[in-house]
Amino acid sequence: MTPETPSTVTPEVAAPVGRRPAQPPSDTRPPPRQRTPRSPRNLQQMDVVTAVAAAISGVSLSWLIFGVLTNGVGWFGFLVVSFVLFLGIFYVATYDRLGRLAAVDRTITVAVTSGMVVVAIPLILVVSYVVIRGLPALRLGFFAHSQSGVTPTEPATSGGGAHAIVGTIEQVGLALLLSFPLGVSCAIFLNESRSRLRRTVRIFVDAMSGMPSIVSGLFIYATLIIPLAKDSDLFSFNGFMASLALSVTMMPTICRSVEVVLRLVPDGLREAGLALGSSRARVVWSVVLPTAASGLATGAILGIAREAGETAPLLYTAFGYNAMNWNPFKGPQESLPLFIYRFIREPLESSIQRGFAGALVLMLLILLLFGIARALGRDRTKARRRRRFHPIHTLSVALSPARGRA
Amino acid sequence: MADGVLSAPGLSTVPPGRPGAGRTRREVLRQPGRIDRLFDRFTLAAGVTVLVIMTLIGVFLFYQSRHALAKEGTSFFTRIAWQVSVYPPKIGVVGLLFGTVVVALIAVVIAIPLGVTVGLYIAEYAPVAAKKGLQAVIDLLAAIPSILFGLWGFYFLSAKIVPLSRWMTTHLGWIPIFHTTADASLTDSFFIAGIVVSLMVIPIVASITRAVFAQTPPGEKEAALALGSTRWGMVKTVVFPFGRGGIIGGSMLGLGRALGETIAVVFLLPQVPVVSRQILQEGGATISGFIANRAGGNPFTVSGLMAAGLVLFIITLSTNLIASTIVSRSRSGVGVDA
Amino acid sequence: MTNLTSPAAHGAPSSDGADSGPPTAQIPGVASELRIPELIGGPPPGAATLEAVDACAWFGDHLVLEGVTMVMPAGKVTALIGPSGCGKSTFLRLLNRMHELIPGAAMDGEIRLDGVDIYGNNIRAQQVRTRIGMVFQKPNPFPAMSVRDNVLSGLKLASIKCSDKDALVEVSLMRAGLWREVRERLDQPGGALSGGQQQRLCIARSLAVAPNVLLMDEPCSALDPTSTRRVEETIAELREQVTVVIVTHNMQQANRVSDFCAFFLAGENAPGYVVEQGPTTKMFDSPDDPRTLDYVEGRFG
Repeated sequence: MTPETPSTVTPEVAAPVGRRPAQPPSDTRPPPRQRTPRSPRNLQQMDVVTAVAAAISGVSLSWLIFGVLTNGVGWFGFLVVSFVLFLGIFYVATYDRLGRLAAVDRTITVAVTSGMVVVAIPLILVVSYVVIRGLPALRLGFFAHSQSGVTPTEPATSGGGAHAIVGTIEQVGLALLLSFPLGVSCAIFLNESRSRLRRTVRIFVDAMSGMPSIVSGLFIYATLIIPLAKDSDLFSFNGFMASLALSVTMMPTICRSVEVVLRLVPDGLREAGLALGSSRARVVWSVVLPTAASGLATGAILGIAREAGETAPLLYTAFGYNAMNWNPFKGPQESLPLFIYRFIREPLESSIQRGFAGALVLMLLILLLFGIARALGRDRTKARRRRRFHPIHTLSVALSPARGRA
Repeated sequence: MADGVLSAPGLSTVPPGRPGAGRTRREVLRQPGRIDRLFDRFTLAAGVTVLVIMTLIGVFLFYQSRHALAKEGTSFFTRIAWQVSVYPPKIGVVGLLFGTVVVALIAVVIAIPLGVTVGLYIAEYAPVAAKKGLQAVIDLLAAIPSILFGLWGFYFLSAKIVPLSRWMTTHLGWIPIFHTTADASLTDSFFIAGIVVSLMVIPIVASITRAVFAQTPPGEKEAALALGSTRWGMVKTVVFPFGRGGIIGGSMLGLGRALGETIAVVFLLPQVPVVSRQILQEGGATISGFIANRAGGNPFTVSGLMAAGLVLFIITLSTNLIASTIVSRSRSGVGVDA
Repeated sequence: MTNLTSPAAHGAPSSDGADSGPPTAQIPGVASELRIPELIGGPPPGAATLEAVDACAWFGDHLVLEGVTMVMPAGKVTALIGPSGCGKSTFLRLLNRMHELIPGAAMDGEIRLDGVDIYGNNIRAQQVRTRIGMVFQKPNPFPAMSVRDNVLSGLKLASIKCSDKDALVEVSLMRAGLWREVRERLDQPGGALSGGQQQRLCIARSLAVAPNVLLMDEPCSALDPTSTRRVEETIAELREQVTVVIVTHNMQQANRVSDFCAFFLAGENAPGYVVEQGPTTKMFDSPDDPRTLDYVEGRFG
């Protein structure tokens, strides 16, 4: 039988009687037209008007009160009273308009947002203050000279802090050398092994990272310097002792941030490695660690940033020194926090200025490290900004913000 | 990651009446290779090192403090003042302990509400695009070294807070802690030190509570909203109960930080130990600040400082241990990096 | 200003002529022994008509739903069927203003509850959600609360008062078909129940605030067959009291449970739309569109 073309098949043969329509109905959908999306906003015009009006009323009322109570407390009290009044008036106004439920909700929203603003303010103040006081005394020579031979009567710009910078780099670098392998191994222990000690160790790592840094300085002093300094240069005040003290607190910091990163490596990768016949150790070394590499780098940099600013552990270990000392294993050594600490405490104006110059350099160093850590830690596995939405997934993303760097 | 562990010891035969009655479960043996055995031992050693170091700290601090403790005996724990310039020298830790606790309490009273508020804001109220930036602001606040806070507090903030202290003691002086003796200086007070330390505690509390609030199961939040709740109603019913453990744990970790803060209080307190209710006026010392201040003393002093350091170590260790346990045991704590 | 919570007259319960009389504190259609305690501050009683007019939905720039016009008559069960990814759940979330919670989401068109557009300028989403409740795919009772507190949580959250809370708990659990199983366990935490029981608890929780419409997003997909049957019985009993809109993948379920059906479809990379809607019997026996016939006979999807 010759093959029949579809057009010769009659509809009556193909369709069950009474069910299939004779031909498809014409498309009843309206033709696509230009559409403008709207997103309903819960923050409406009346809300903003209410807030502004309440703010003005609050400030005015507060002004009135302070005019009466002449024994005012200055700008701070004025601000506090205005704010409280503002909240109260805003609540009453919204209550009147929308009822209790909405009034409570909106007043709390305003209060919570204000809390955020209040906390951000000191950051700006501290940074700008250090810049303002440190900049006048900072010269390029700061990075080239040390304080050897500089008498206290010379102006703040003479000499420099090169010895302090060198000291910080060496001490923190040595500390990193000691604590990074230990911290990463401990993180691997916490995440990749199945030992029963895991819970205990994790709790202790957390406790250790909260330890006061002065205690770690005291610890090194008590354990190594006091008994051994008389017999050996290695165990007297020097940069190496300082790095030991720093590593006591650096290690748990690194351990915790690396552990977080290891947890983020999907289990599917480990399973794939094991399924290929690899040992667990090999899977960790060849699969897990490389996947987590940028996270490891970030952990290291965060550890450095934290320890670079620590002063307390250095007081009992590196001791401080005015001249350049390139050898961290012998003789007292300066570092940036020590530099600041020692000069600020001298009563001379030039010393204080010098201290602030050092403070500015330290702050810039920390900000730089912080910026590098954030740049490294950015999630590079996602394609560029354009996101494709799947509704349910997106809703859960919306209601529980992205788990990435916590 | 299961590596061949399939049997549950002690339950080998299924009892009658349940599905699969009469069957026995096969024991599948774990047989790690040599490399894995070494790996396990190596990582175990790394983990145990942490425990070892903590123990060593306690041991050596105690060892070095025996000199002073032997001389002072129990009066170390009852005496307030610390006088090494008299003979025989009399030292005591009570004044230092008092100062440590007072400063930490003031800091925590300010920092916990503000920290939880900020954590809540970033987790629930902030626009999605701003969350990462705001978290960066908090992280930056945490990254600033405490010596810089100490400088700023001493040279800038102190002068601004003194009028507030003056107002408080004038108008609220009937409350015992706000009372000051006439003509007392109001700089270098517990109050101001507490405020500056709180700035360092806020980021800790904020980061932990934010991470905890972010873990709230979205299904429960959706359910609350779908019932017609406002955002605050949802926060009250779902987010806070879920995050309770994290809030408590985060607060205690912040307390631990406040107890151990060193350099900022060196600048902000005169570091002369005193036990006084008058937090608004000058005076006081904390253990860590005192130890930092006295670096470079004679062996007896150093021994006494070791004893004080041991006390501080025990206090902060206990606080942090309790905090970590609470966070890890709570519903919200699993998977949170504090 | 339009007040969504003022007691307005509702549309006729059904076109079949069964008239349950003027709205009273007793939900029309509920057996007289199930006397529901009066709620103060809650939605007006009775089932309501829900109507979509040219509804569209976007996620960012991506149009996922276009030109949906349909009526969900009061007191009836309307099923939304179609293959996965056609925008049925998105449409459902448009109906109680949950769609806008997603950042970047937008909509167009109108959704009318008894003739009033719920996206109107002066209407708050929170008010809408007290009148239009939702049950989700994954049961989500509040685990920290007892069964009793779970049922009453809707009242607390929407600030609705009730004079007889115990009676309300009993009635709501009965309507959800859960009363007999938990009557001894009212103080146990909500998370301690089995999956099917949790889902019925969520239904009871939604019913306690006496909504006019109940939206159900694949409520049985995470449940075993026995629990599924019980939930379907509950839906059948809710007829006349509440308008039900249910999204389901399961065509047999749609056939069993619904009075009206709407068939959604989306081409590849194209927005979803409604191919056909109408009474269930017609949709399953003699639909107008051949694609509908193919779907209900299981030839695709």
